[in-house]
Amino acid sequence: MAEDGKDDSVATDDDSDQTAADGSLNNTMVEEGSTLLRRMEICVAEAEKRSGKNAVSMQETFTVYLIETRPMDAVADGRNPAPDSLWRRYSEFELLRNYLIVTYPYIVAPPLPEKRAEFVWHKLSADNMDPDFVERRRVGLENFLLRVASHPVLSNDKILYHFLTEENGWKEVVYETGFQAKADSRLRALSATFRVRNPDKRFMEMKHYSDELQSHTSQLLRARARVADRLYGVYKVHGNYGRVFSEWSAIEKEMGDGLQSAGHHMDAYAASIDDILEEEEHYADQLKEYLSYAEALRAVCRKHELAQFELEMASQDLISKKQQREELATGIVRTFSFKGMTNKLFGQEAPEQREAKLKLLEELITEGEETVKEKTVECEEHVERAWVDMQRFKEQKDKDLREALINYAVMQISMCKKGIQVWSNAKECFLKM
Amino acid sequence: MSGQTVPADFSGHMLDLDEDEDLDVFTKNTSLADGSPMPNSPSSMVNQYRLEEDEEDQQGAFTKDVFVSVDNPESHVTAIETFIMYRVVTKTTRSEFDSSEYDVRRRYQDFLWLRSRLEENHPTLIVHPLPEKFVMKGMVERFNDDFIETRRKALHRFLNKISEHPILSYSQHFKVFLTAQDLASQRKQGPGFLSRMGETVRAVANSVRGLRSRPEEFSTMHDYMENFSNKISSVDKVAQRIIKEQREYLDELKQYSPTYSQWAESEQDLAEPLKAVASCVERCSKETEEQVEHLSEVLVPTLHEYVLCAETVKAVMRRRDNIQAEFEAKNEALMSRKVDQEALQEEVDALGDRVELANNALRGDWSRWQGSLRTDLRSAFISAAEKNVEYYEKCLAVWESFLMSQREESSEQKGEDAS
Repeated sequence: MAEDGKDDSVATDDDSDQTAADGSLNNTMVEEGSTLLRRMEICVAEAEKRSGKNAVSMQETFTVYLIETRPMDAVADGRNPAPDSLWRRYSEFELLRNYLIVTYPYIVAPPLPEKRAEFVWHKLSADNMDPDFVERRRVGLENFLLRVASHPVLSNDKILYHFLTEENGWKEVVYETGFQAKADSRLRALSATFRVRNPDKRFMEMKHYSDELQSHTSQLLRARARVADRLYGVYKVHGNYGRVFSEWSAIEKEMGDGLQSAGHHMDAYAASIDDILEEEEHYADQLKEYLSYAEALRAVCRKHELAQFELEMASQDLISKKQQREELATGIVRTFSFKGMTNKLFGQEAPEQREAKLKLLEELITEGEETVKEKTVECEEHVERAWVDMQRFKEQKDKDLREALINYAVMQISMCKKGIQVWSNAKECFLKM
Repeated sequence: MSGQTVPADFSGHMLDLDEDEDLDVFTKNTSLADGSPMPNSPSSMVNQYRLEEDEEDQQGAFTKDVFVSVDNPESHVTAIETFIMYRVVTKTTRSEFDSSEYDVRRRYQDFLWLRSRLEENHPTLIVHPLPEKFVMKGMVERFNDDFIETRRKALHRFLNKISEHPILSYSQHFKVFLTAQDLASQRKQGPGFLSRMGETVRAVANSVRGLRSRPEEFSTMHDYMENFSNKISSVDKVAQRIIKEQREYLDELKQYSPTYSQWAESEQDLAEPLKAVASCVERCSKETEEQVEHLSEVLVPTLHEYVLCAETVKAVMRRRDNIQAEFEAKNEALMSRKVDQEALQEEVDALGDRVELANNALRGDWSRWQGSLRTDLRSAFISAAEKNVEYYEKCLAVWESFLMSQREESSEQKGEDAS
């Protein structure tokens, strides 16, 4: 598939002429509504440690993840071919995501699993090399790819396809798209937020919602981590019962057996918390995904602010240029201008100069009108597309989070069942005392 | 308790502060000093003890016919001090009692007095311990409600243990404690503090030479008690630590559930399940609170009592050792000197009987105490385990009802989609 991929990339390079200004493919794939995931089975199967020299020639250890793909029709036919596979590191996933954000600024981009472990309760490792962390990251990366590959717009992206199918040279291809140049500067975006006059109200509401979502999920995650910490303490202290009962049983005759076996159950109880809390980390990961999604949502709203702001600026510029033309043409100065004053004081310019100026202004105005048209289209398109994706996101979020809550309840039920069993067993032992 | 000058109170106080309480509580007199009807000759007394021992072997041979309860703690204020008075109600069918019901008020000092009298008269019986005078760690105020309630329960248990004891329940002091309206005047009777002091000195002098050889059964007992004392203390500490951890867990749970309900406020479709989860967490934290309370009201007091019991038993064993030591000392003196042999012989014989009495008393009470220990601890552990099962069952029900509600929701939605 890798080799075919290469040929495919040659073929689709022609398609690139048909790409729209925003880099997405103007092709029938979108209209067919069949996403990449329907045609291709994707998974992140493994993680491995590698060593190598980094950019400054220092030895470093990092983890790589194995991406496996298989054509869906083969799977459906039951042929079960061996999957194609390649290795990627976390930084490459980051690069892919950055590319997608810049190229599709109207899409709420699926987030990556956290770079560093956050909301850690004390026994949980904050070490990036810890095997549990790596495992959860593997799951998170797979989740990211599945989300992207099932997205109606993102799944059609060529760079995504290359990412999944061609190990070498992918980075160069990404850089060649020049996406980095298109990225909005932080400063520009921030200034737009403050100075935009007429942003779409719905987007402002969405932005406010994204702030709420971020604040609430992080509060929840923090509180949950503290609860987990305390619960860990409760369970582990019961291990002391195990030790003491065992020692005590040695000096007892009738009570000995009962105490001894009760002690074993106490040990089991103390040990059970490790698995219980490891399970709960998956729940925390689901919440963390939406914590990150909140940021992605905010980014789309900010992009709207920026586009709207640029439109307002362009319109304002056009208006002022038209005014200048009018003044120049009629000689009537409507607004105070330094030029106007100097003209009054020192006399007007020669007609040739005025002609030249008028001509220049006309050109600028024509350009300005083009700019305003472009910006208007940009803004409207962004609003239209973003609104669609934000609705899609909202439905996905409600569904996913409801499922996460249900999962949490299932975990709690499992924990209660274990507790019932252990303490019933302990009671039986005590009865034998 | 400063300002009290009545000797009886003072002596009770002294008993507390003494490290080796055991040394000053045995009398030379083999007859029971409280004047209860007992035969005079040592041999018949020995028989008496033996008889009761056989009775104990048959379960239920001793039927409880004195029922005591301790309740209604009330603050009592005088010019000098403030203290708590407890109501002690007795119901009995015993002929030795003039009436079948009594209602008196007693303070903690009165319980101390009773116990010290019982120990004094029965040096090698195991007298159930009283709750501690103070709780040093945590600086619990004497008049804190929880402290008073804990103490009340322990005092109740103390009197019940006495009333269930085949020998102690017949003590004259016990009867006086349960029946006298004015205990203070009664407390002034009996051997004074100074005479007991004299005995202490004599006892120390006699036991300085140490024990020749402890009979094997008591050595076994001694070793067991050393180990048991360690273990029960450890279990007590573990239980208290668990309560501490549970309380901290509970505190965090209380912060946790609002994060769900606060989030629900900014959501639409998601608000309902979020609020439901918040409610689940809240209900579970209520159950946790109940579970912790059960631990501190049932398991810990029992464990703690047996920690104190262990110390009591060790003291009883030391007293038995001292009685034997005193006999051996006098006996040796008898063997070596030819002077005053007749007089000394009588003394030695009396001491010898005393040793036998003491051993029989301890032997009998030991098996009784062991049975009691097993019953009490077993029942406390079973109760704790049952409570935990109940706790998890309730939490399980809470989360299962949440799942049910979500499944109903989704099937409703599916119905809507279909139509």
